[in-house]
Amino acid sequence: MDYFLTDKQKMIKNLARRIAEEKIKPKRAELDEKEEFPWELMDILAKSDLFGLIIPTEYGGFGGGCFENCLAVEELGRACIGVATTFAASGLGAYPILFYGTEEQKRKYLPEIASGRKLAAFALTESSAGSDAAGIQTQATSSGDVYILNGTKQWITNGGEAEVYSVIAMTDRTRGARGASAFIVEKGDPGFSFGRKEKKMGIRCSSTRELIFDNCRIPKDRIIGREGMGFIIAMKTFDEARPGIGALSVGLAQGALDEAVRFAKERVQFGKPIISFQAIQHMLADMATLTEAARALVYAVARYIDTRPRDFSKVSAMAKLFPSDVAMKVTTDAVQILGGHGYMRDYPVEKMMRDAKILQIYEGTNQIQRNIIGQALNKEYGKKF
Amino acid sequence: MSIKVDKEKCTGCETCVDTCPFGAITMVEGKADIGDQCNLCGACQEVCEVGAISIEAIEKEEVQDKEAYKGIWVYGEYRKGRIAPVVYELLGEGRRLAHKLNVDVSCILLGYELKDKTRDLIGYGADKVYLVDDAILKDFRDDVYGDVLTDLIEKHKPEIFLAGATSIGRSLIPKVATHLNTGLTADCTDFDIDLEKRLLLQTRPAFGGNIMATIVCPDRRPQMATVRPKVMKKMAFDENREGEIIKVTLDSINIKARTRFIESVQQVSDAPNLSEADVIVSGGRGLKDSKNFGLLQELATLLNGAVGASRGAVDAGWIPYFHQVGQTGKTVCPKLYIACGISGAVQHLVGMQSSEVIVAINTDPHARIFDVATFGIVRDLFEVVPALTKRIKQAIGCE
Amino acid sequence: MDIIVCIKQVPDTGQVKIDPHTHTLIREGVESIINPYDRYAIEEGVRIKERYGGKVTAISMGPPQAKEALKEAISCGVDEAVLLCDRAFAGADTLATTYTLAKGIEQIGRFDLIICGKQTIDGDTAQVGPGVAERLDIPYVSYVRKIEFIGNRCARVERMMDDGYDILEMDLPALITVTKEINEPRLPSLKGEVRAASIEIPMYTAKDLGIDINKIGLAGSATEVIKIFPPPKKGQYERIEGTLDEQVETLLKKLKELGIINIPL
Repeated sequence: MDYFLTDKQKMIKNLARRIAEEKIKPKRAELDEKEEFPWELMDILAKSDLFGLIIPTEYGGFGGGCFENCLAVEELGRACIGVATTFAASGLGAYPILFYGTEEQKRKYLPEIASGRKLAAFALTESSAGSDAAGIQTQATSSGDVYILNGTKQWITNGGEAEVYSVIAMTDRTRGARGASAFIVEKGDPGFSFGRKEKKMGIRCSSTRELIFDNCRIPKDRIIGREGMGFIIAMKTFDEARPGIGALSVGLAQGALDEAVRFAKERVQFGKPIISFQAIQHMLADMATLTEAARALVYAVARYIDTRPRDFSKVSAMAKLFPSDVAMKVTTDAVQILGGHGYMRDYPVEKMMRDAKILQIYEGTNQIQRNIIGQALNKEYGKKF
Repeated sequence: MSIKVDKEKCTGCETCVDTCPFGAITMVEGKADIGDQCNLCGACQEVCEVGAISIEAIEKEEVQDKEAYKGIWVYGEYRKGRIAPVVYELLGEGRRLAHKLNVDVSCILLGYELKDKTRDLIGYGADKVYLVDDAILKDFRDDVYGDVLTDLIEKHKPEIFLAGATSIGRSLIPKVATHLNTGLTADCTDFDIDLEKRLLLQTRPAFGGNIMATIVCPDRRPQMATVRPKVMKKMAFDENREGEIIKVTLDSINIKARTRFIESVQQVSDAPNLSEADVIVSGGRGLKDSKNFGLLQELATLLNGAVGASRGAVDAGWIPYFHQVGQTGKTVCPKLYIACGISGAVQHLVGMQSSEVIVAINTDPHARIFDVATFGIVRDLFEVVPALTKRIKQAIGCE
Repeated sequence: MDIIVCIKQVPDTGQVKIDPHTHTLIREGVESIINPYDRYAIEEGVRIKERYGGKVTAISMGPPQAKEALKEAISCGVDEAVLLCDRAFAGADTLATTYTLAKGIEQIGRFDLIICGKQTIDGDTAQVGPGVAERLDIPYVSYVRKIEFIGNRCARVERMMDDGYDILEMDLPALITVTKEINEPRLPSLKGEVRAASIEIPMYTAKDLGIDINKIGLAGSATEVIKIFPPPKKGQYERIEGTLDEQVETLLKKLKELGIINIPL
């Protein structure tokens, strides 16, 4: 379907697709099997300028918006969302600096993130604070010209591999969510270390680790925005990033659909390719329809976000919720269509199905997305009636 | 541009459109139109039933006195005390051509402290052997070897010059041909002589092996060609053949040495060199996994052969690139090529189709590989290969 | 370090299929691509520039569509590109091609190193690199798999041989042809694509180059193609039937009869 992309947008999409086809696809099974961090692929993405996609040109980026990011992430996700998540997580780590950083912070960090010389990461989740972001335990204490961080962040994507971390910590516990602040922590800061690499069900090439702050001292000027803005910064970051998860989901669903259709055309049973059976056709038809609907939603929301509206939490949540549920369904059905083959690691769809589950969980579980949408509805209709 | 379509004669049958190897012909208002990609190869002219396509013969000036050129020269590629095997094949072919032309075959050897190979060269067909033995030729360098060769050709004027299409031949000879301002045809697989015009008809695969082209060098001399190893037949060794040995000194040759040889690094591999192996057992995507190449290795070892692979298997990371056979890998020509689980993409076929006997093992009876096969077994390679291995072991008594 | 990279736009022969009835090539849907070996030349040129500074210029001879290949080279990091484009160039053999390319390179001017792919996939001759070097009277090394170092006046390279590799030093300016082993070519970058989209690629005709019309194209070619024909098709293959054991037995027996294997059966 023609989504009326500009020449530049087509360029981005084509380049990302080419990288996915030529570089990611041949590697994905091995990376999954070995749970190996895709440094080589990150290097390729860096050389192709993709890390600079969302960074303004004055900081060495390409000056794209949410939509451009979605186009790239979708194509990468079509081959492997482990790789695509690693890529997208760097953008997630960059957003707080991009939206709320000082000029000095932007000049210092954004060019390095844009060029891909340094990966970034975003750290909010803790063992007792996931969906309930206000339950953060990590503490940042002001002391002279430094902040001292103590606490542990859990399941941080790009943990240990990234150089730059946007970390949410409490500066004033008495104020609840309003007592949270955002900080930039660099790999190598004193008192900053990492836990072991987590063993995951899917997206196994991506790195997920604990961040451990043990009297970690960082200069005062590493705070992003002001004290107390941490929660707002986190929510704004998620609002911006959620369509990206939607795009990952669309890519993954499309990848699974591609495999399912190809297989159904080749697999012969009862003397005919199985795609000629209505049972299979109907499954494929539903998969294709859901995937296209998810894409249309993601594109529409991303384009809307790029008009810089004031509040877009609701549509942003929708653009994560629906596509990730679609990805789960489509990948599961793809495995079903491939049957016994689909269950074997010789074919890519079993990995796709394992990978899909995370989309319903990370960057706010789909239950939380429904909360956001529900709350927004309550607010909207409260005004109107 | 000197190709024309006579629009009056053109019937719009489109035969030429399909025939053009360069896709240069389109139909414009029902008539053939030849575009910029045209390489003036003449394929369209040949198939046009109504003679609507004509290529203007271009008046070329006769640049040389062709009569002054006589005899066939074979470049005696010599390195590290060894004559390249292709040289003997070229001498055999050279003799065959020389017989038709009623001339001599000479072999030219360049090197330093040359081991005496003249007996072999003469016994395999050389009438004259030119030996250039000089310290400056100790190691192969294109510029030095090229200058010496050019000078000798200018002095002795052979009408035909043949060299092996080896990594040395394919690099050195283009310099010589360019300097002599004459034609050079690469990678020839077949020769003949047009006696009337005294022309060497040089046939080579072109366009990735999808077509064959016969090429001539009508107006300039020598007619130069490099020849694929293992294609031409060497003659039976005749120890009674006699020949003349001519030692050449370099005193009067102007050599411009701008490259310096530092060292030569031998890369030893236990397996026979793929391009020189007599037997190759090759695997494709049907192998499914890197560990299954062990099956092929076992069979190859029994047959004293090497293991090859299709691009698909190499791209999947199952086996290193230097095993790759095909257009982007090695071109091989063994006595026996056993293709296991290889579908037979054009790019693979190009690299192995001149093997003497090809055995294809594939579950798909429609696989392209069967088009070039001598024998075919339509069955799972995972059954056939172990059974072959077992039977051979039994036969040679190591079971 | 000023570098010139010679590239050619070729049909993707990997995609070519042959019509089983007419034995002619099916060209439909076959894309034009940068000759795969030239991608390694482009990458090596760009890497040298990134390391030592300077400029990389890509040059090609071909029809106007070959601009696309040059634009892709630019999107991969090449700075400038030149297309030698004239109907009079058509039908050139390698002798005429090297003359034209050498003239084009002289037009570009100063350079330290020329890099070519080891061969093209449509011609497969490997002759153009050495030929251009000879025309320009500069040294060359073919089949380079590694540049060990490159200085102001000389470079040290590893040249692939059939049994390993030789290490050679060469005076600059010089020409090398490169193999797949030398690097892993990058894909285009976004910034490169944007540049490529806006850049105007100069086209030089025979007249612009001021060259001898008798030395180019068909007229300047020493060789002539007199016949093109499909590769000889092997006769129908012999399908060996029977049980697994029978198939193995028959195959080995036949190979032995042909003198291909020597095994006591």
